Amino acid sequence: METRLRLPDGMGHFGIYGGRYVSETLMPALLELERAYFEIKDDPKFIEELNYYLKEYVGRPTPLYFAERMSKELGGAKIYLKREDLAHTGAHKINNTIGQALLASRMNKRRIIAETGAGQHGVATATVAALFNMECEIFMGLEDTGRQALNVIRMKLLGAKLREVASGTQTLKDAMNEAMRDWITNVRTTFYLIGSVAGPHPYPMMVRDFQAVIGKEAKKQILDNEGRLPDLLIACVGGGSNAMGLFYPFLEDKSVQITGVEAAGEGITTGKHAATICDGKPGVLHGSKTYLLQDKDGQVRGTHSIAPGLDYPGVGPEHSYLKDSGRVSYTSVTDKEALEGFKFLSHTEGIIPALESAHAVAYATQIAPQMPQDSTIIICLSGRGDKDINAVAKALEEGVYKG
Amino acid sequence: MTRIESKFNELRKKGKAALVTYITAGDPSLELTPDIVLKLEESGADIIELGVPFSDPMADGPTIQLASERSLRNGTTLRGVIESVKKIRIHSEIPILLFGYYNPFLSYGLQKFSEDAHEAGVDGILVVDLPPEEAEEFKTHADRVGLNLVFLLAPTSTSERIRLVAEHASGFVYLVSVTGVTGARPDMDYSLDSLVNEIKKSTKLPVGIGFGVSTAEQASRITKVADAVIVGSALVRIIEKNGNDKKELLDEISAFIKVLGGACKKTERYNQQ
Repeated sequence: METRLRLPDGMGHFGIYGGRYVSETLMPALLELERAYFEIKDDPKFIEELNYYLKEYVGRPTPLYFAERMSKELGGAKIYLKREDLAHTGAHKINNTIGQALLASRMNKRRIIAETGAGQHGVATATVAALFNMECEIFMGLEDTGRQALNVIRMKLLGAKLREVASGTQTLKDAMNEAMRDWITNVRTTFYLIGSVAGPHPYPMMVRDFQAVIGKEAKKQILDNEGRLPDLLIACVGGGSNAMGLFYPFLEDKSVQITGVEAAGEGITTGKHAATICDGKPGVLHGSKTYLLQDKDGQVRGTHSIAPGLDYPGVGPEHSYLKDSGRVSYTSVTDKEALEGFKFLSHTEGIIPALESAHAVAYATQIAPQMPQDSTIIICLSGRGDKDINAVAKALEEGVYKG
Repeated sequence: MTRIESKFNELRKKGKAALVTYITAGDPSLELTPDIVLKLEESGADIIELGVPFSDPMADGPTIQLASERSLRNGTTLRGVIESVKKIRIHSEIPILLFGYYNPFLSYGLQKFSEDAHEAGVDGILVVDLPPEEAEEFKTHADRVGLNLVFLLAPTSTSERIRLVAEHASGFVYLVSVTGVTGARPDMDYSLDSLVNEIKKSTKLPVGIGFGVSTAEQASRITKVADAVIVGSALVRIIEKNGNDKKELLDEISAFIKVLGGACKKTERYNQQ
């Protein structure tokens, strides 16, 4: 296990995964970004600046909240919620956008582009662009602009230019394709602020490092509260940034079990899902080698999830590595189960989770009753659910998901 | 020696530049692909780049994106593209380079692909999202059967990267003319001369310039500095426009390629080694 702390290796590989699978035009930019990141990552001035914004602007540390009613209701393990939904802009995404925007400033790049699915990363990017006075363009699939209208309005209010993507499946993967194309064209002046632990090296490493604040805080908080490490960590996995953020600081703690929850959509067997690790095989998309939902000819499959932030056919390469190494187990819950989790947390704790986070909640409702009462679970509550209210109302109204 | 290498040798002796033409295999149909290739050859193309369609063509502009979508809708697979090369080989010895994104090759199996492609008569491969750093495994298999592995260089490439690509490439070096995605452009940046000269210092391989070329004037200007002119989107647009009207399609392709081929062959090249 000693070696794993040093992953990725010098070429950006996590075992056989990761790397830099991009066109030559971008290679110099990725090498420049890697150099710049290594220069600042341990620079006390940069860390001080980052911590200032995380504390004063984002509102960190976020609480580790003991969900007492939920725990009692389920009658098993004690459940703690890492409240990333309380971070500024309502999700964990801002931890990373603050970090990367500060890095972009250091590199004198004044134009920022980003892809977004649920709109949470788009909002977090538009927010830091406003904060640091940068030009900002957000790429978002047409299907997602429809179902996440609230975040679309937020991004526009924050001064970002929205680029609606009509190509392909019109979801997150196509938004990322289009952002890549923009970056290829404007690479000299533009900083591509990737929102997940996906993409070419150094993004999976860099985004993980910025998000690791979640796990570092949670570890300290659980030790303060319980005097010992948790038994289980649960987080939803789309690209997997909130999950890597929570998991990473616990990877060496062998007593801690870790589970990532993917989106099973309408069910794995229907093919309409986004459970990349559960149902995919290794491939290359968006600059890295990783598990990928693909057909037998290597074409990327369309995905489905009620949670736009999970509606992605790839996954961060480090998750693929953690899957193969057996350190983290990956499971999935359906749209219907996620909606149940959504309602359950709202009713028992007065907390409306994002549909993405509701996947982690749903899995917790299944596993917690099977665990002893003196055991503890930490769920990463990656975002709040305001953005999903209309979509949830519609799903419930249509009765498709009525239990 | 691959057909690509022989062709460049032959043209070098004549002091002429090569016209390299790109089409997406399976657009408008895989059935028509061999006919289009043969027509390209007859009209003056020297080397064929056969695009392998991919669901997520990240380095392509709208024209080739749409061509990939059309091709995939027709059910085109890498296996099918290899089969169509076999059909072309019944009639022609024109050098053929497959051009695509990594995942379909990876999914096929790099060793099996290399063997099958070579057996079918493919001469080389260019994988857009496979820089030399990640290409070791593919190169091992390609080298074993004698397929050229062509790499890209771009206006953003540093001297260090030019040396790296020169070290790994075979067949020729593909210089992307613009910092951007594929697609025909009315104006081209001609400040590539110094970049071509720098590449030439690192390698004896021919240098081809592509991305954005659509007119005889551009082709003619490029042949003054480079060994090959690569035309893609402009040709794909003709295919898009004519669809399955075979006669119209082949006639228009022929007319277009004759003009470009003429421009390529007209230029006397003095900077040959």
